[in-house]
Amino acid sequence: MELTAKERMKIGRHGMAEQPPDLRNRNFQEVPYGYTPEEAVAEAQRCLSCKEMPCVSGCPVEVPIPEFIALVAERKFAEAAKLIKTKNVLPAVCGRVCPQETQCEEKCVRGKKDARQAVAIGNLERFVADYERQNNLIEVPQIPDRNGFKVAVIGSGPSGLTVAGDLVQLGYEVTIYEAFHLGGGVLVYGIPEFRLPKKIVEAEIQALGHSGVTIRYNSVIGRLYSIDDLFTILGFNAVYVGVGAGLPIFLDIPGKNLNGVFSANEYLTRSNLMKSYLFPGYKTPMIAGKKVAVLGGGNVAMDSARTAIRLGAEKVTVVYRRAREQMPARAAEVHHAEEEKIEFRLLSSPVEIYGNEDGWVTGMKCQRYELGEPDESGRQRPVPVEGSFFEFECDQVLMSIGGQANPLITKTTPDMKVNKWGYIEVDDWGRTSKRYVYAGGDIVTGSATVISAMGAGRRAAKALHEDLAKENAETVTPNWW
Amino acid sequence: MYELMEKAEIFNVHKMVVSAPDIARSLKPGQFVIVMGDEYSERIPLTVSDWDADTGAITLYVLELGISTLELGRMNVGDSLYAVTGPLGIPSEIKHYGTVALGGGCYGIGGIYPIARACKQAGNTVISIIEARYSSMFYHEKELHAVSDQVLHATSDGSRGKRGKVEDVITEMLENGVKIDQAFFMGCTQMLERCSEATRPYAIPTKVALNSIMLDGTGMCGACRVSIGGETKFACVDGPEFDGHKVDWKELNQRKSAYAEQEAIVYQAYCQGSEVPKFGSA
Repeated sequence: MELTAKERMKIGRHGMAEQPPDLRNRNFQEVPYGYTPEEAVAEAQRCLSCKEMPCVSGCPVEVPIPEFIALVAERKFAEAAKLIKTKNVLPAVCGRVCPQETQCEEKCVRGKKDARQAVAIGNLERFVADYERQNNLIEVPQIPDRNGFKVAVIGSGPSGLTVAGDLVQLGYEVTIYEAFHLGGGVLVYGIPEFRLPKKIVEAEIQALGHSGVTIRYNSVIGRLYSIDDLFTILGFNAVYVGVGAGLPIFLDIPGKNLNGVFSANEYLTRSNLMKSYLFPGYKTPMIAGKKVAVLGGGNVAMDSARTAIRLGAEKVTVVYRRAREQMPARAAEVHHAEEEKIEFRLLSSPVEIYGNEDGWVTGMKCQRYELGEPDESGRQRPVPVEGSFFEFECDQVLMSIGGQANPLITKTTPDMKVNKWGYIEVDDWGRTSKRYVYAGGDIVTGSATVISAMGAGRRAAKALHEDLAKENAETVTPNWW
Repeated sequence: MYELMEKAEIFNVHKMVVSAPDIARSLKPGQFVIVMGDEYSERIPLTVSDWDADTGAITLYVLELGISTLELGRMNVGDSLYAVTGPLGIPSEIKHYGTVALGGGCYGIGGIYPIARACKQAGNTVISIIEARYSSMFYHEKELHAVSDQVLHATSDGSRGKRGKVEDVITEMLENGVKIDQAFFMGCTQMLERCSEATRPYAIPTKVALNSIMLDGTGMCGACRVSIGGETKFACVDGPEFDGHKVDWKELNQRKSAYAEQEAIVYQAYCQGSEVPKFGSA
């Protein structure tokens, strides 16, 4: 039965049921349970299917949002998932970790008056992808005839998976080189199980394998092979560099190398990739702090804080230099963290980490900040309050204050231009200064989001295909979408 | 992939020859690999002692230290390792120095071999000095002899060569006026520190291969950070070799002991077959 726009407008947004905070802060299971089919249909009925489709313009990979939501309203869940996959190879991932509130959902007309009433596009995307996977409805796409060209993709994170998925569908022979023993990049080493169950990433990688992509694990390009080696020794025709985030930054204060001071990268890699939250079943050890300080205000800081509480910390304190409104973390993640009793010391920044004679962290001294004049970005600049310090006890410090570019590939590829921070320079379509080498994701932009990396991968795949097609018109059909 | 082709036991060191053709093709002296015995294993950084690009074999000497190396040591010929990643780290700087002294202990006896070989090929006079508790703990000697002008021994019980350690041999050489143009040391941290102190008064350029705790090996995590002349460096991508006269040894030793408690708990539990407490079970 077709609903009128007025009837649709009357339906309020459906939240997802969640594990209660005092239960979930002691386990690593996913926090939201996901929609029931009934909830999904009801939420889908809220969509007005506007002609202008503002939501699609907010999506870096242009998922046909109103169309897939219309299929959900008709209970055609698997069809909806297939439709999304024409534009987004990782819907179960993006439904969970995309910042929809600043992308598609921000543009939704239902959220014009009250942003909290935007159609829950992310929840619906997650639902249909989970439905398809859990009911074994994932179809192996037909692999087209090979076009005779070989492409190497460096890194199996979101952008690398996107490039591989797009190119294999165009007939390329694609090999992914992954440094770790598992695929997924930040999806497996960075994002915790309680936000993104690893079996979902595994399923996505498996699907890519079925579609004909080869993945070579334990392969650190820049050491095992240089980019030039990939062309000359291994005979690849093009290379995509999607190696992701780089080296962690440690706040340069006394005590930064004490035992108990971790980069968030190390802390999360231990827990997520090496599964040390299951120690000793998995043998990589983890030190479970009792009083943990987390420095930074991004999603990685929230992931670190929420991991610490799950590992048994009595108290977790996030220390952030700016005000709450300026935290780069998703509002939903900050909210989840607060529900899990994580404390926030805002407008504060550490000046020293104290340690005992054995070299272990015992506490921290912070300076208070206040908001001053707006800087060039328009944000009020935090300025230290003269003489205003406070101290607190902690036995673990997790630094989540960003990173710098990993030089492993760029140093061994001198003819590929990098900017002054060491990130790879590309044109709007991901072309580097080196012929037939493309790049995208965090190694180009610095720390960003899963979906923006996927968008960059999509554009680079297109550029790569166009370049090869142009110069090899007789063998490559430029059948781009 | 990564099949164990050959194995031998030398006291608490296991010789493991592993099939890893891509790695064997690109290895250079001073580089290391990270291995996992199975999917539950830690990532264990190991110096590569030899390799053969033709057979695709790499030779590792694994010092049994904790649970993951114990399990690695129990693997048999024909078994396959779960993961071998490499080569990692910056290769040793090989050039014509003149006289090069290389000191090795524990896994470093095998570890110095490729550096010695390359130094010899570069026209240096190569003096290899190896230490062990007693004479029967030496290994990889035939190979080391083949690329060294001189191989000197030091043993704790005096059963072979000088009674003492590598630094005692070095000190004696220097006191006797032997000219050393470059020194390389590989072994436990205590040995590296003592050897560096032995060459410091003579201002001999000294490289030490640091073995701080590592996780990913690609510079991503910073677990292996060390202070070199007051600057923070990552042993995995900036090293593993550093100027032995600039290392903050106290900090390195402290950081290396970070997981001693966890390692003891899991090792004991493994040996006794008992349960160990899990995270979150307050």
